[in-house]
Order: sequence, then structure tokens, then C-alpha cells
Amino acid sequence: MLMKAKRLTALLLAPVVLMMSHQALAEEGGRWSYNMPEGVTPVSQTIYGLHMQMFWWCVAIAVVVFGIMFYSMIRHRKSRGVKPANFHESTTLEIIWTAIPLVILIIMAIPATKGLIQIYDAEEAELDIMVTGYQWRWRYDYLDDDVSFFSNLSTPREQIQGLEPKGPHYLLEVDEPLVIPVDTKVRFLLTAADVIHSWWVPDLGVKKDTIPGFINESWALVTEPGTYRGQCAELCGRDHGFMPIVVEVLPKEEYEEWLAAKREEAEAIRALTEQTFTFDELYDRGRDVYNRWCVACHQGDGQGVPGTFPGLIGGISVGPVEGHLDVVVNGVRGTTMQAFGSQLSEVDIAAVITYERNAWGNNMGDMVQPIDVFNFKQDN
Amino acid sequence: MAHGPAKGISRWLFTTNHKDIGSMYLWFSFAMFLVGGLFALVVRAELFEPGMQIVDPNFFNQMTTMHGLIMVFGAIMPAFVGLANWMLPMMIGAPDMALPRMNNWSFWILPFAFFMLLSTLFMEGGGPNFGWTFYAPLSTTFAPPSVTFFIFSVHIMGISSIMGAINIIATILNMRAPGMTLMKMPLFVWTWLITAYLLIAVMPVLAGVVTMMLMDIHFGTSFFDAAGGGDPVLFQHIFWFFGHPEVYIMILPAFGIVSAIIPTFARKPLFGYSSMVYATASIAFLSFIVWAHHMFTVGMPIAGELFFMYATMLIAVPTGVKVFNWVATMFKGAMTFETPMLFAIGFVVLFTIGGLSGLMLAIAPADFQYHDTYFVVAHFHYVLVPGALFSIIAAVYYWLPKWSGRMYSEILGKTHFWVAFVGLNLTFFPMHFAGLAGMPRRIPDYHMMFANWNMISSVGAFLFAGAQLLFLYIIVTTIIKGRKATDRVWENSEGLEWTVPSPAPYHTFSTPPEVK
Ligand code: HEC
Ligand code: HEM
Ligand SMILES: [Cu+2]
Ligand SMILES: [Cu+2]
Repeated sequence: MLMKAKRLTALLLAPVVLMMSHQALAEEGGRWSYNMPEGVTPVSQTIYGLHMQMFWWCVAIAVVVFGIMFYSMIRHRKSRGVKPANFHESTTLEIIWTAIPLVILIIMAIPATKGLIQIYDAEEAELDIMVTGYQWRWRYDYLDDDVSFFSNLSTPREQIQGLEPKGPHYLLEVDEPLVIPVDTKVRFLLTAADVIHSWWVPDLGVKKDTIPGFINESWALVTEPGTYRGQCAELCGRDHGFMPIVVEVLPKEEYEEWLAAKREEAEAIRALTEQTFTFDELYDRGRDVYNRWCVACHQGDGQGVPGTFPGLIGGISVGPVEGHLDVVVNGVRGTTMQAFGSQLSEVDIAAVITYERNAWGNNMGDMVQPIDVFNFKQDN
Repeated sequence: MAHGPAKGISRWLFTTNHKDIGSMYLWFSFAMFLVGGLFALVVRAELFEPGMQIVDPNFFNQMTTMHGLIMVFGAIMPAFVGLANWMLPMMIGAPDMALPRMNNWSFWILPFAFFMLLSTLFMEGGGPNFGWTFYAPLSTTFAPPSVTFFIFSVHIMGISSIMGAINIIATILNMRAPGMTLMKMPLFVWTWLITAYLLIAVMPVLAGVVTMMLMDIHFGTSFFDAAGGGDPVLFQHIFWFFGHPEVYIMILPAFGIVSAIIPTFARKPLFGYSSMVYATASIAFLSFIVWAHHMFTVGMPIAGELFFMYATMLIAVPTGVKVFNWVATMFKGAMTFETPMLFAIGFVVLFTIGGLSGLMLAIAPADFQYHDTYFVVAHFHYVLVPGALFSIIAAVYYWLPKWSGRMYSEILGKTHFWVAFVGLNLTFFPMHFAGLAGMPRRIPDYHMMFANWNMISSVGAFLFAGAQLLFLYIIVTTIIKGRKATDRVWENSEGLEWTVPSPAPYHTFSTPPEVK
């Protein structure tokens, strides 16, 4: 018996011991977070309330059912010499244990219905933001302000592969967060460019699928400035686990400043279209663009993934420039090769094409200027 | 008339004997269970700690997808069909299944379906990587080329299931012994009868949806492509119209098994037999009108959302009735705790936990936070592992002495139970916490705040896997050298199957028994 108990404790302790050594590696608190966050919007707080209420009902039901069950498992065992009773029917009991759960459910259905009505009330929003899911990044368009940008995972590959220690926001950090003002009803219009994704930020109480060809609606009114993180919740292909969402909620004045800066930035990028670049400038910029936008499929060495994503050594990358422009700007319909024409600026398209035509042994020696891309888009 | 089995391989290839076919179904499902389990271990090994260590994300997706498909269609469903083949004729006093040749066929096409499905892993572009729910357009426009083979294998599985279901209905309705009225049938027979109707109703829907995918992929239609006037959400409606009854297909026979085992070891008749039958029928009916509770976040109109929320909450009522009846059966009995009883009690306790988390998921506003997280993964594993799977294991321990004529070792059986019990709770309970804290499902890597729960889960998963190898060892040694079992096997066992010798002869009830 003692041996048995010892073995059992060892068995139970193994994971605990393992975890403690693991814990030593971690700087971050909250490794034991175990519950839904209450969040910072009226909706997330409603949801949290419903969740806890239903949870306690479940606990109560479990205590009663398991209580009776364990009582009888302890008392009514043959080894205690009891004789089995022979009752096996009672309409009264059946009615009671149909009615009681029904009542509990009705008690729960009322606040749940109210909660749902609240979630569906996206009227009278002060700010409209279009959220578009792409494999595997998000795009945000501020519909009234002519501001638009993509938001990519910014965790370095080295951290993912374990070559560097992981940062505090591992996999939950992006190059450009979504920025919204505090105390403002923001409406999200959600759609997708390729497959279905789902835009989820727990602290906002928002999860809505983004469906290609359709537009969904959701809203949030955040009451506390801060940074809130979430992830794509619908399986969307290879890098589904690597398309986080970061929402930065700013006081209203700061939000206005951010918006102004953003507009200027867009202006500057547009100005670049008219500029002429040297080969080296394009090539270097192109490598950065490639590593942010294209590596996931075509891979760092340009070899692609056999059977799924073609390599870029040879092929179109060493053919006529028009053909190359066409694939990158317009994409290839019916495949995962998207139309990058609306996603990347003219400079970035010019740069990445120049890079592809000259990297990994593709020695075309030519280059594409932003104005060429601009003209190509005009003509096609 | 009374001839024995043929010799050699032809016994198995050409057999029309329900016992042989039942055994083949059971062994096949066990093999698939080990394969599906292996895939799950790959997943759990990758998730042991944050960072990408073992597999590529695309292969990870293939593993989660194949795990789900194999466990649902290859392990759980064929195991129940195997049990039905073995037990239904013996429980109703019939000499065999009604359509023995079709029976042979419905088994033998299965290995080909799964061979084809597994071979996609070695094809260019890899196997299915779009989840067991294969939502379009990820599974159409964006799928690897092997998806066509996936579609074909789903068709074959569907044909097999439909044939099996037709056979079961024909057997139960036509071949009962004199005196075996419908309301005298054991609950396992009842639950299977209802399950078979569910199968016939929804497998064609599954076949339809994969055919629509095939058309979209190869023949230029746009059922699920908005650019051509279709709708990706249509896919989900059709899939879940199949999918939700499917989850009940995997649990109703389990209800029947547990309703057979608990009275035996409580030495007291099943409480509320007729209410159990009506509850099963209501669950089956309701299972057709709750499908969109899997789609609360797709953007349905609020009226649809409310309808599916209320209907889903309602389904908890007949499910609760079942649990209460089992508890009432145990109450004031004289219980012993042999291995089948342990698994049956494990079923009642843990399935109830799964049902309670189902109740939480039914609250649509809260589901906005739960959906597609590990909380859902915890829920369905609680209903499927200690639910469907435990009932199958319990059934094997309960009837193996009848099948093989030999007793398993009680000590090993109990060890199996306890290791499996601890392993599965370590694996799946922490998933509730990870999900609530915000971990989405189907991701190969995650933030450190989920690390501890995942590490416990992974340790538990390997423990659980070990328990199943022990199960294999127990079965094999029992069949080879277990001590002889009596005909009645258990002290208080009731039913026609216990009136024939152990092991059950190749042909039973060639002349029908008289029931009461
Ligand atoms: C989501 C995966 C994915 C991403 C990201 C992606 N591509 Fe592609 N790309 C493809 C696929 C698939 C094809 C093959 C299309 C076909 O079947 O013709 C392709 C084809 C190409 C081709 C033609 C190759 C040939 O020789 O036929 C070029 C050039 C190309 N991509 C450039 C890019 C550039 C530049 C980027 C980044 C801005 C990029 N791709 C990002 C998937 C991707
Ligand atoms: C009390 C009864 C039950 C209720 C109220 C219930 C409710 C739900 C709900 C609402 C979901 C969707 C969650 C989401 O995706 O957001 C769900 C998922 C699921 N349930 Fe249940 N459930 C119950 C019992 C069962 C049973 C008995 C089974 C199977 C034996 C089952 C198997 C599943 C599966 C497999 C999924 C996930 C499917 C997937 O997305 O891959 N459930 N359940
Ligand atoms: Cu995703
Ligand atoms: Cu369901």
C-alpha cells in the first residue's frame, strides 16, 4: 500500500516538477491564467457575467448529482453486505428531474437573450473600421479617414525556432497595431480576401468570422486606454497560429495625432512612386518586403514548398517583366497567390520584383521602378 | 446446418457471420485508434512547450486533421458497428444479421477508404490540412491536391455506414425472437436502432457536401465561392446539419452500453427504462435542429442565433434525464466495481462534466468567447473520450468473456482504468483553462501564458497512450490464456446473450428462444 501511494505521488508530482524547472525559464507572470478576462467593454463584461453565472449553475448541478452518486457508491456497495432494492420506476421523479433543469435553463435564457441583443446592436457607431483577413495578416481600413495598413506578426523567427529567448509578447505582437480612441463606439466591418478567418480580441468581447465575399459586423466601446491582444480564431491554413491582433486604445487627442501622422506617412509613400531608385536601394528594400510578405510561402531561399508553393528560381522571375508584374499585382486566381497590387505600395512591388529577378542565382540584372508599376496598373 | 468457420484467410474475406464481422470491425477500429492516437501524440509533443520544435506548421495541421478524421470515422464509429454486429443478434435472439452479405461488404470497403486517406500523407502537397470540419474555401480552392482522395474516401466511409445502418434496422425490426416486443428490447438495441436512423438521415448529407466540394474543385461550380455567386457559410450549414447528429451517432450507442452495465453491477434493474427510450428519441429529434450552435460567430441574423441557442439548451434536458436515471439505478443497489463498472462510472461522471461545459457553450453570447478555443476542445473530448471511448472499452471488458470464453485479469483491467482516468483528466481538464485564458484551437505554437496547461496536457496524453497499450496487452493475453469464463459471466447479468455458452458458438439462436 505504501509503495503504491509513493508511486502515485511520484506520478502526480512529475508534471509539477517538470513545470517548476520550466517556470524558472520564464520571466512572464500569468502562466496559470485560468479564466476568461472580464475585459474592457460593456459587451465583454456582459459575457463574463453570463459565463460565471452559468459556471456556478453547473457547479451546483455537479455537486448534487455527484454528491448522490458518490454517497451511493460508498454506502450501497455489496461488500458492506447491503441487499439491493428493486424499485425501477417513478413518474414523479422523472417529471421533477425534467422540470428542474428546464427552470434553470429558462432562468439562464433571459439574460443570455439580453446579452445577444446587446452584442447585435452595432447602430450609431462613431468610427467605422474595415477588417480584412488575409493569409496570414490583417488589414485595417479607416473608412472615413483614408488610412489603411496591414498588420503582420513581428515576432522574429529566431524566437519561434528557439534560437533566441522569447519576448514577453511572443506571437502576440505586430508591426502595426490597430489604433482606436477610448470611449468611442467603433464599428468593425469584417471580411476576408482568401479563406475564412476569425477576428478575436478577448478583452473586447469581439469574435467574428471574416468571410470572403461577405461583410460581417461587430462593435466595441473600450473604456480603458491600453494594449489588448488577440489572435485569429478560425483555421486558415499554414500560419493560422501566426496572425495575431493587437489593438491599441488611445485617449482621443492622442488618437487624432496618430491619425494625422498616419495620413502624412501615406502621402510620403505616394511621393516615393515618382522617385527613381538605384539598383541597390531597390534590391535591399525588396529583400525586406520579401521577408515580410512572401517568405511564408516561397521560403527564404526561394525554393518554395514542393507541391504547394512554387519556387521562384527560374520560371516567371526570369521571363519578361510584364509577366512577373502581372503575377504579383493581379495574383493567380483560384490559387493562394494573392493580388498584391492592392496590398503593397508601388515602391514595394517594384522592389520585391527587382529582388526576385536578382536573388538566389536569378541574374537578370534588370530592375523595375515604382513608376513602371504605376503605369502597369493603369494599363491593366 | 451447424457448420463451423471456414479455414484460413477465406474465413475472414468471405465471411457473412455476424461474430466474425463484428470482430473484424473491432480489431480494425482498434488499429485506427492507435494510428489516430499516434497523430495526437505528434500534436501534443509539438505543443509540449512554446516554440516550434518538431514539425512544420503545415504538417501540424495535417496531424490535427487526420487525428480528428481517423478517430471519428475510423475508431469510434466502426467500434460501435462492431459491437452492434456481435451483440444485436444475440440480444434479440436472432441467428445473424438480416443482410449478411451486405454486412461483409460494408466492412471490407472500410480498410480501403482508410488506406487511401492515410496515403494522402505521402502525396505531393501532403494530406488534408483543413481540420476535420474541412471548411470551404480552405478545403476547396486552397486545399492540397490530395483533397480529391480525401473526398473519395469520405464517400466510401459513408457508403459503409449507410449499409451498416440499413442492416441494423432490418435486423432489429424483423428478426426479434417471439415475445421480444420493442419495449422489451435492451437499451443497447434501442439506442442503436435510433442511431441507425440518424446515420441514414445524415450520411447522405455528408456525401452531398463533399460532392459539392468536388464540383467546385474540378468542375467549375461555385457552391462555396462568393466570386461565383456561392457562399462559404453554406458549406458550414450543410456540414453541421450532418455534424451535429454525427456527434449523437457517437454517443447514443454509448448510452445503451452504460445502461446495460450499470444494472448488472448495481444488482438492480435499470431505473426508468421507458423514460430512457423516450429521452433517446427526443435527443435524436433535437439533434437535427441545433446544428448552427457550431456557427454562432459566422454572423447569423439574431433570430437564428436565438433559435439555435434555445434549441441547444433544450437538448440538455433529455441528456440530464439519462444521467439522473443512471444515478437512480445505482442508488440503493448492491454495487461491486469490476472493470466494466469502473469504466461505466467513469463515463457517467466525466460525460456529465462534458455535458455541463456543453451547457455553457450553448449560451450564445458566451460562445463568442469560447468558440474555436481550447475550451471547445476540452468539451468535446470530455464527451468523446470518457464518453464514447470509455463506453466502448467498458463494453469490451463486459462482453469479452462471452466472445472469447476467457476472463481478463481484474488487476490489470483496474490498472488500465486508473491510468487512463488520471491520464485523460490530466490531458483534457487543463484545456478548459487554456481555452478560457484565450488559447485558440488548431495552433502549433502559443504564448507563454498557456505554457503550463499545455505541458500538463502533453504529459497526460502520453500517460493515456501508455494505458491503451496496456489495453492491447490485456486483450491479447486474455484471448490466449485467460482463465475460463462461465456462461453467465457476471453474478447478476440479464439478457439473452448470457443464456448461450461462453465462448458464444459460431451460430447462436438457430432456433429462436422464447422471451418470457
Ligand atoms: C499564400 C502563399 C503565397 C504568398 C504569401 C506569396 N505567394 Fe507567390 N505564389 C503562390 C502560389 C501558390 C503560386 C503559384 C500560382 C500558380 O499556380 O500559378 C505563386 C506564384 C508566384 C510567382 C510565379 C512563379 C512562377 O515562376 O510561376 C511569383 C513571381 C510569385 N508568386 C511572387 C510572389 C511575391 C513577390 C510574393 C510576396 C509579395 C508572393 N509571391 C507571395 C503563393 C504565394
Ligand atoms: C448537453 C449536451 C451538449 C450540449 C449543450 C453541447 C453543446 C455544444 C456546442 C454549443 C458546441 C459548439 C461550441 C463551439 O464550437 O463554439 C459543441 C461542440 C462540440 N460538441 Fe457538444 N454539446 C453537448 C453534448 C455533446 C455530445 C454528447 C457530443 C459527442 C459525443 C458532443 C460533441 C461535440 C463536438 C465534437 C464538438 C466540436 C466540433 C468541432 O468544432 O470540431 N457534444 N457542443
Ligand atoms: Cu486563422
Ligand atoms: Cu453540436
